[in-house]
Amino acid sequence: MKLNKLVNILNAKVLAGKDKLDREVEFAFSSDLMSDVLTLNNDKVILLTGLSNIQSIRTAEMADINQLVIVRNKKVSGDMIRLAEENKIVLLSTEKSLFRTSGLLFDKGIKALF
Amino acid sequence: MKLEFEIHGGDFVNAGSASSKVKSILKQLNINSELIKKTVISLYEAEVNVVAHADKGKITINISSSAVDIEVNDRGPGIEDIELAMKDGYSTATEEVREMGFGAGMGLSNIRRNSDFFEIDSTPGRGTKAKIRIKLS
Repeated sequence: MKLNKLVNILNAKVLAGKDKLDREVEFAFSSDLMSDVLTLNNDKVILLTGLSNIQSIRTAEMADINQLVIVRNKKVSGDMIRLAEENKIVLLSTEKSLFRTSGLLFDKGIKALF
Repeated sequence: MKLEFEIHGGDFVNAGSASSKVKSILKQLNINSELIKKTVISLYEAEVNVVAHADKGKITINISSSAVDIEVNDRGPGIEDIELAMKDGYSTATEEVREMGFGAGMGLSNIRRNSDFFEIDSTPGRGTKAKIRIKLS
């Protein structure tokens, strides 16, 4: 699925990487635990998380995850947006819960990792 | 190539900035992306550990054609029981660390999984020393 379709499904705001929405996403992983995210070893993954701080972006950077969604309209800082832009990470925000976000994407064919 | 980073305990905002710099250097050196990922995940977990538990620390990184060697030296409470600390799920992290998305007792096993050599030596009440090696060839 292209990211711009995913943005529509989640009615998400695009906070960083507006020019990169033609990227393809195949899998999603929902977690607030960054050490767990660091165990992933797949391409085309989107991270869905309620953890809105600089470490969620750092973790994506280290784990080569190129896109993430912050759920429940959690406040996203300017530093997070800057770090995402610097690392060419697409940063999205949705008001939907982690469960609803996961369910909507699963329903549209995004695959689970485990 | 030798790199050194000073890490400050409790500085969660900058945790990961050393890993980020090392990642861009390894990319410039055209290291295979799988090996870069193994290196930066090990280094990032080590950085987070210093920030989470120690007063301050120093990370020294040696990059050669055959390996990345990471040495972490911190001043802090040390680890009483290293075997226990290495167990999945065991953690002494504070609520603050957990709020940052860490502290679930997975960090040391993440380092072990991503490295080719990992050794911890600690003096309780003084600090901890860790050696991590990722082979490049």
